[in-house]
Amino acid sequence: MSTRTSAAVPSTPVRRSLRWRVVDIVVASVLAVAIGVVFKVWEFGYEPLSAAMTLVLPGTQAFFGGVWLLAGPVVAIVVRKPGAALYAEMVAASVEALLGTQWGWLTLEAGLVQGLGAEIVLALFLYKVYRLPVVVLAGAAAGLALGLNDTFLWYAGLDVAFKVAYVVSAVVGGAVIAGFGSWLLVRALAATGVLSSFAAGREHSRRGTRVVA
Amino acid sequence: MTTPAARIVFSDWGWRYAERDTWAVRGVDLTVEPGERVAIVGPSGAGKSTLLRAVAGVLPDEPDPDDDTAAAVQGTVLVDGAEPRAVRGRVGLVMQDPEAHTVMSRVGDDVAFGCENAGVPQDEIWQRVRSALDVVGLDLALDRSTTMLSGGQRQRLALAGVLAMRPGALVLDEPCANLDPSGVVQVHDAVRALLDETGATLLVVEHRIGTWLDLIDRLVLLEPAGGVVADGTPADVLAAHGPALTAAGVWVPGSEPARGSARRGTRTPTRTGEMHGVERGGPGAFRPLAESASASESESESGAGLLEARGLGTARGRRQRVGRGIDLDVRAGRVLAVTGPNGIGKSTLGLTLAGLLRPSAGVVLATPSLADGAGDSPIAWSSRQLAARIGTVFQDPEHQFVARTVREELAVGPRALGAADVDERVDELLDAFGLAHLADANPFTLSGGEQRRLAIGTVIASRPPVVVLDEPTSGQDRATWQAVVDRLGELADTGTAIVAVTHDQDLVRALDADEVVLGAAGARPVLRDPATEVRR
Amino acid sequence: MTAPETAAGLPGRSVPPGGIRGVRGVRGVQPVASLLGVLALGVCLVLSLDVVSAAVALVLEVLLLPLLRIPPRTLVLRTAPVLVAVPLTALSIALYGRPSGRSWFDLGFAHVTDGSLELALATALRVLAVGLPAVALFVRVDPTDLADGLAQLLRLPARFVLGALAAIRMMTLLGDDWRQLSMARRARGVADTGRLRRGASMAFALLVLALRRATTLAVAMESRGFSAPGRRTWARTARFAGPEWAMVGVLVGIGVVSIAVAVGAGTWRA
Repeated sequence: MSTRTSAAVPSTPVRRSLRWRVVDIVVASVLAVAIGVVFKVWEFGYEPLSAAMTLVLPGTQAFFGGVWLLAGPVVAIVVRKPGAALYAEMVAASVEALLGTQWGWLTLEAGLVQGLGAEIVLALFLYKVYRLPVVVLAGAAAGLALGLNDTFLWYAGLDVAFKVAYVVSAVVGGAVIAGFGSWLLVRALAATGVLSSFAAGREHSRRGTRVVA
Repeated sequence: MTTPAARIVFSDWGWRYAERDTWAVRGVDLTVEPGERVAIVGPSGAGKSTLLRAVAGVLPDEPDPDDDTAAAVQGTVLVDGAEPRAVRGRVGLVMQDPEAHTVMSRVGDDVAFGCENAGVPQDEIWQRVRSALDVVGLDLALDRSTTMLSGGQRQRLALAGVLAMRPGALVLDEPCANLDPSGVVQVHDAVRALLDETGATLLVVEHRIGTWLDLIDRLVLLEPAGGVVADGTPADVLAAHGPALTAAGVWVPGSEPARGSARRGTRTPTRTGEMHGVERGGPGAFRPLAESASASESESESGAGLLEARGLGTARGRRQRVGRGIDLDVRAGRVLAVTGPNGIGKSTLGLTLAGLLRPSAGVVLATPSLADGAGDSPIAWSSRQLAARIGTVFQDPEHQFVARTVREELAVGPRALGAADVDERVDELLDAFGLAHLADANPFTLSGGEQRRLAIGTVIASRPPVVVLDEPTSGQDRATWQAVVDRLGELADTGTAIVAVTHDQDLVRALDADEVVLGAAGARPVLRDPATEVRR
Repeated sequence: MTAPETAAGLPGRSVPPGGIRGVRGVRGVQPVASLLGVLALGVCLVLSLDVVSAAVALVLEVLLLPLLRIPPRTLVLRTAPVLVAVPLTALSIALYGRPSGRSWFDLGFAHVTDGSLELALATALRVLAVGLPAVALFVRVDPTDLADGLAQLLRLPARFVLGALAAIRMMTLLGDDWRQLSMARRARGVADTGRLRRGASMAFALLVLALRRATTLAVAMESRGFSAPGRRTWARTARFAGPEWAMVGVLVGIGVVSIAVAVGAGTWRA
């Protein structure tokens, strides 16, 4: 069934542009703010989990730090524009800071570094590929950034074993929570049809049942 | 200094949204001269919104020949001979959801937003802001927060924001759909003032076309995936296509539903308070569970008291008291309509009766036939007990959805109550509400009317004897409205007690409801004069 | 970076004729100044992990705190995350910090020593010293002022700053939706068990609602010319003048003084 008439005259450019549309900016912002609130709530969940994990093997609590890496990959998968991961992490970090954290506005620095980690991976794929392996890799890269940043800045006073465990756990946490987790979250959102202005929403519909108008 | 009105031309224009198979609009040929005022009507899905958004240059998707699920376009639409995107700012768009337009948190800043985007110098911005607010009649301080505005105020704020940009065309996409009657009047007057001030071209889409008849010179009827079917002066088009328009969901003035038109029971008009003889009817799926055991007794059952409110005071949370001194009776087989001015606390009352909000004073009591062993105070019931006794349909159906498919959604209630015949009930309801073809779709992907029907279906799946509805008919076209009202009529005919919080007088009339008007000092019943009633 | 001062010398923004709210004192300072100052202070404190610098900074901050005139209850509530984090972080460092000096306690990986205890104390003080101003200065911040400052003074891209501002405003209105979601679940019979799962499903539903509104908001913003080509003007001008420099100066001053004292006391450890 032909879905376009032969007389179709596109009235907008046909290249898929990498320029941010208004809906990209607003949706990215809303997602980032929402995830920033999640970051804030997670702070309370993180502490007891972290305490438990450090009893087992100090350094492994970084795994749960993967939650703080969610903003970048989630927004990047939805919006698919350059700078999405970085922007999302910065906005989420700002929201977290505005709501009050123990790290104050230095969460911005963390957001910057973590966002860059994911951003670099996505840039390597020219912002065109958003399949699961790439997303997991981006999450892992963000985790690496988080691990290195934290051990350098906040845990400088601890021994090497701790630092190694920390970085490795951060990478794994980033891959699992931020990579795989964000992919799952976007799929669930796409199923509700709320992402229909985005390629992420359309990919899902191509696989699943089409909603006929 | 006024800007000239814009000229809008559609030439064989068509649009298909991303991930849809059918074209939203197709083959539209329409020319609107500068300063003309045109109303566009048509069935849901005829692409009216699409048309308006194209004029404003804000269609969301980008056509992409490499991606067959992306949008597709055909023909051209030109504003003053140019692409709409290129002349953004010439066209001002106001949409249906009042909350969606508010960008900034202060009134003055919000109105100034458009001017800022257009690069207007700072001093001129504030002059325009003040004059725009004056024209639309919004008498608010510039630093007033935009959070607590009524729907009518918000739409006028949006109009002010558009006016400050000095548009050549004003495009309105059902601006009055979600407003109460006083809000509708406010918006109508604001639009008239705006048009008088600027002489701009007007394109308006509205189901209740009666609101705009005095302002428009032309009425255009669209066909789904077709083009323009009728185009002429309102009087001509309404006369020639009246029935077609009503079928298309337009509220044609003069064809409002008659009193009791949704009820099948033979009712003799009497003064309120007397018992009515109601014929038991309605599909089995709608029969309330509590009454199924005594199905043999028909007439004496109806009218039985189920809920009582005595000296009730309502509150929206610990500190915000809204109503006080309310006395009500909710009876089986009867429809109780709670009306009143905006902000008086109708929704709060509805939710308090439904056992979801705690009363701030007085009591809400369930009679033994409703309580059925669960205690007489609905607020103290457990969630499962409540669902089996009082069902609530919220104003926004999307607040109620908890499952991933329509079928699961309908099954949630019966499953929670441990019913044995879950699948049968679900199938019955899917058929009764016309949702069978959507059984596996995600509830969030349904259209507004379908979501509303699904919401009602999920509530009655648990067969509660009382159903409370909060604004069940807001923002709907005639066809959806009729479907909802018919179902509510069926529910009432089978003996369910219905409480409807509404500002829709057509609903009150069609369901032959007992109306109470909520005021500052309680609820006052509206007595109908039997002498003026027309026998059905 | 400066704007014409208007009648009544309203701080932080130029007022349109007709007047907007008069905000005086510390609260009226352009938030960007607070932001830069707090960041600078944070950097100063992060450079070294020692008890003296953190303690000095904390003392100075507490002394200056009354100037902000924040009600105690609000302050405690907003700094709760910081206050909760302090003992937990300190404990973690005490157990696993780099061992040195006399050892007090040994269990598996945990070594409580003089060194680790000192590090724990220093960390706790530093967390407070960094976290306190970061929260206190932003308790009453007006997001629109901050956005104006970020876009006009720091020259961040206006589209993104305004997009974030609109998003934040929209999100603050979701409280009512949360209540409706919660009532709806009670009404449907599913609110008796499974709080965590219900919370997650409600959060997801809220996110869907938020995204739907975001899409409509984007249409509204775009129709009012947002992100159109061409230069954008500003209805409110962000000011960076006397009060702002004072704010930055005070915060940087705290940082510098704390470093100086620590160097003087010999405890500075880069």
